[in-house]
Amino acid sequence: MSRHLLSIDDVSAGEIQTIFETAAEMHDVQRRAVKKLPALRGRTVINLFFEDSTRTRSSFEIAGKWLSADVINLSAKGSSASKGESLRDTVLTVTAMGIDGLVIRHSASGAAHQVAGWIDVPVINAGDGMHEHPTQALLDGYALARHFGEGRAEADSLEGKTVAIVGDLTHSRVFRSNVKSLAKLGAKVVAVAPPTLMPAGVGEWAKSDGFSTSYDLDEVLPEADAVMMLRVQRERMSGGYFPSPREYTVGYGLTRERLGRLKDGVPILHPGPMNRGLEISPDAADAAGSLVLDQVSAGVAVRMSVLYHLLAGENEKENA
Amino acid sequence: MRDPATGAGRVVLDASDIGRALTRISHEILERNKGAEDLFLLGLHTRGVPLARRIAERIEAVEGHSVATGSLDVTMYRDDLRSHPTRSPHKTELPASGIDGKTVVLVDDVLYSGRTIRAALDALSDLGRPAVVRLAVLVDRGHRELPIRADHVGKNLPTARSERVGLHLIETDGEDSVTIVDLPGSEHPDRGDRAVGDEGGDR
Repeated sequence: MSRHLLSIDDVSAGEIQTIFETAAEMHDVQRRAVKKLPALRGRTVINLFFEDSTRTRSSFEIAGKWLSADVINLSAKGSSASKGESLRDTVLTVTAMGIDGLVIRHSASGAAHQVAGWIDVPVINAGDGMHEHPTQALLDGYALARHFGEGRAEADSLEGKTVAIVGDLTHSRVFRSNVKSLAKLGAKVVAVAPPTLMPAGVGEWAKSDGFSTSYDLDEVLPEADAVMMLRVQRERMSGGYFPSPREYTVGYGLTRERLGRLKDGVPILHPGPMNRGLEISPDAADAAGSLVLDQVSAGVAVRMSVLYHLLAGENEKENA
Repeated sequence: MRDPATGAGRVVLDASDIGRALTRISHEILERNKGAEDLFLLGLHTRGVPLARRIAERIEAVEGHSVATGSLDVTMYRDDLRSHPTRSPHKTELPASGIDGKTVVLVDDVLYSGRTIRAALDALSDLGRPAVVRLAVLVDRGHRELPIRADHVGKNLPTARSERVGLHLIETDGEDSVTIVDLPGSEHPDRGDRAVGDEGGDR
């Protein structure tokens, strides 16, 4: 496995299968009375979050702790970053304390890549701007693999499935990572968004990564084996992408009426946080087929798996 | 996965020797436990798992009622985790009622350094509190590095550290046999000597 997890490009299809296999065992640990494995005992992981997060940060923290690592959380608010310290100085400072792994979220696309070039400990990208969010894509894939594999997370259970990814694709790192990982898992992705929220130049990209695009959600829904609704990221928008929230919901929200267009038992995913009533209706979010909470529990298992594979084994640098 | 060195190895136990050894271990376990009450046979991955099942079948044949078996993976508890690339752990399967208060018999194929058993004991303590933990192994090849001994041994096999014990089972390797192969240059049980079926070698 690659030393860092900055992008889905860092993992092969076979490595994704390995990550899923380990995650399945970690899932069992979640149900135990003693939720502790000694694999990362004595190792220190720092979660460096320059952007707000609930589930990603807390699940990385839980994942590290259940593997017996010492986990430290640092957010931009309340750290020296708010006093004007540069990203490089912050990263070099925390690394100098003797950490063994760094999880970073930053609003700048490419931040994780840059950080990986400055320090020699494994770096995990927990979301960089509008670029990638690889652990989210892995946990989405894992939740889907478990769903289609009836509890067994076989990566090949996604083979040939049609996954509709719907919403604010322009601003979505979740979309970018999922397109790559779902392609590696053999799924067919249909990207659905209003023209204003479809990434520029998507045509060429769709060709090279093997997905299709549509502006018509109602046409896509009956064909979908899974639907992933993405959040409308108002914090990254400077207005003008759609006339009104109401109009967005009418065209692209997973409303109660649209639920009826889905095939029976089609799983509904949302990476959270959800804008209930905007991109997803409460009926859809709480539907029997909703995997939203499965995604959260999968998040801990998958992040345990990633931390284990990146930090527990032999350190090539030490042995070089 | 067949050991490529099998052909060159000296066969020390054949299928019927293994069968007899397992039958004897089964009777020993029953005698020691005074029956099959509260007994749980926990096989260590990989080859301990089918061995535990075989012992359970034999006990069932004698006692007339079934004995629970399960599997235990100790990957994350190993003390040499950092000296190898990581691999995915296998399934750990325990009875739904848990292991608290049970007599747990750990079953492994080859007892060597004792480090796998140390890891298994640590894993067990995270999974519950058995009344008694015992150890049954098909082959004890010596060279212990920790104060650990087996309660039930199929065959004591004096070996040199430079030798490799290959233990093959029908379930995992297509045949039942135990072989010894001389493998000069590997002197330490946890380095280099990663034979199929060797304790500490299954990674």
